[in-house]
Amino acid sequence: MPMAPYQNKNNHAAPFITTGLILLCSALLFGLLAAIQYIVPGWGRDTFSFEKLRPLHVSSAVFWIIAGAMGAVLTYLQEHNQQPLKNKALVKWQFYLFATSFAGILISYFFGVFSGREYWEFHPLFAIPITIGWILFIINFTTNHLKLKGAPVYVWMWFTGAVFFLFTYLESNLWLIPGVRNHLVKDMTIQWKSYGSMVGAWNQLIYGSSIYLMDKIAGNKKYSHSPIAFGLYFLGLFNLMFNWGHHIYTLPAHAAIQYIAYIVSMTELYLFGRIIYLWKSSITTARKNIHIRPFQFLLSADIWVFMTLGLAIAMSVPVLNLYMHGTHVIVAHTMGATIGINSLLLLAFAYDMAGSQGEVMIRNKKLIDRGIVLTNISLFVFWLALIIAGFMKSFWQMSDTTEPFGAMMLRLQPYFRVFYIAGLGLATGLGMVIYPLLKKQWTKRLTRNTASEFSGGSYQEKAVEIA
Amino acid sequence: MSDYRIKTLVFVGLSLSFLGYTAWIYFHKEREDHPANAAAQHGKMIWQEKNCGSCHQLYGLGGHLGPDLTNVYASKPEAYIRAILSAGTPVMPNFHLSENEKADLIEFFKYTNSTGTSSPKSFTLHADGTISK
Repeated sequence: MPMAPYQNKNNHAAPFITTGLILLCSALLFGLLAAIQYIVPGWGRDTFSFEKLRPLHVSSAVFWIIAGAMGAVLTYLQEHNQQPLKNKALVKWQFYLFATSFAGILISYFFGVFSGREYWEFHPLFAIPITIGWILFIINFTTNHLKLKGAPVYVWMWFTGAVFFLFTYLESNLWLIPGVRNHLVKDMTIQWKSYGSMVGAWNQLIYGSSIYLMDKIAGNKKYSHSPIAFGLYFLGLFNLMFNWGHHIYTLPAHAAIQYIAYIVSMTELYLFGRIIYLWKSSITTARKNIHIRPFQFLLSADIWVFMTLGLAIAMSVPVLNLYMHGTHVIVAHTMGATIGINSLLLLAFAYDMAGSQGEVMIRNKKLIDRGIVLTNISLFVFWLALIIAGFMKSFWQMSDTTEPFGAMMLRLQPYFRVFYIAGLGLATGLGMVIYPLLKKQWTKRLTRNTASEFSGGSYQEKAVEIA
Repeated sequence: MSDYRIKTLVFVGLSLSFLGYTAWIYFHKEREDHPANAAAQHGKMIWQEKNCGSCHQLYGLGGHLGPDLTNVYASKPEAYIRAILSAGTPVMPNFHLSENEKADLIEFFKYTNSTGTSSPKSFTLHADGTISK
């Protein structure tokens, strides 16, 4: 099944990627500002305090992932179908709903308006446009490709991600019902059940798109129709549904939640073993495709999948989880997953859509090359500093010391400083990678060359030729 | 049985199991999970509206800049908690809470403390990798 190049001259999904990239810049900026409070305790306490900066950072990052995932799915769906989206007006409405919600939410944080829920820290009224926007996304997806019969695995993954995200998002708002909200343990159980599955849902959208991109690089759809691809998809779905309990091992919830999450999570050992088993052939593939820009991001993400999955499996063992829960090891895991995997994959899609040709890309080749290297090295140091700080906090938590919390945090200062410097490197590296993408979009707008380049296709021809 | 039918069956089977598990999570009753009283309910809303969870944790879930407050009611005198809420700390801002709001927030801490213990030291570790109280 060779993949024919598809030139989409007017991709209405492209603004999702551009908005996502701007949100990524926002996440980096507010992340750096928030992290100052770790190395200079009390900095900005009365003006720009942590309870404002953290949601600005977290929501920007989450919205980047959501916007990027929607943009990638809708773009690749058009390539998969070899035709543009049927209802362009509906896609525009979807975009406007999300863009205005994202802007409104970030502005509301400056005024100190919060719901105070982890990740979705905005006022619950914003849940209405987000829910409607997501329903429009499902409509835009299903009206363009509802047929699952004979479909490659990535179409199943997109479908799963779109439906389960809506379910888990609605579930995360159940706290608005007093009967849920007023029972702390029930509330926290449902909250983390929804979050655990929601991350799995957006991963289905992103990983599905990465399988599509790998097929595109290979120039055929052999893998995405194979039994192993579907086997791994169902394993991912099984984990999405039942492994969320590792977030709440220490919550006094029913013991069955712990046993189910523990057993289900251990099935991920198969994935871990498979990565090790296929290491050699992965290197061969890497050598063959390393000159292809999107593949460089896919390869980086692959390495982060290995490290993040290893940490996730360790965290899923309740005894080990006890030593990591509530520490910076969890932050390291989240950063590895959202930056090392999600963001790098989304950047692979953005570069694929932007194409490797064109003046902006050629002129900035060295900048992008250095940006990728700096991003990966900085992220590794960042990740390691958080893990070390996390284990030091863990020893404090598990010991009988009378050392106050503040004194323990001061002891962790050297690791926080390394974390901050690495964070600066990470932001610089990602900035070097994002800049050409945004510049290409901006230049294109000035020349009124509407979406002819930022829409996929030009790179694809080269990939097919190489494969 | 066709390939598509097998895939559909697996998908539907997993989805139904998930819905069953979800229903059980929603409707089963935890023994320790008693409801908060009116003051604690209001205190919880203050906790959320002031975004306390961005720095503090409950049962190890939340931010990392401040300490876990699940059992602060048991570990610190009420006057100490009230003083922190009144003046802030060198790291935590003064949220200018009213006396009623402070009282309700303290009631919320009393409630969180009554639901269980968050310290990882309070768990028993088992050889099979599980933990229990």
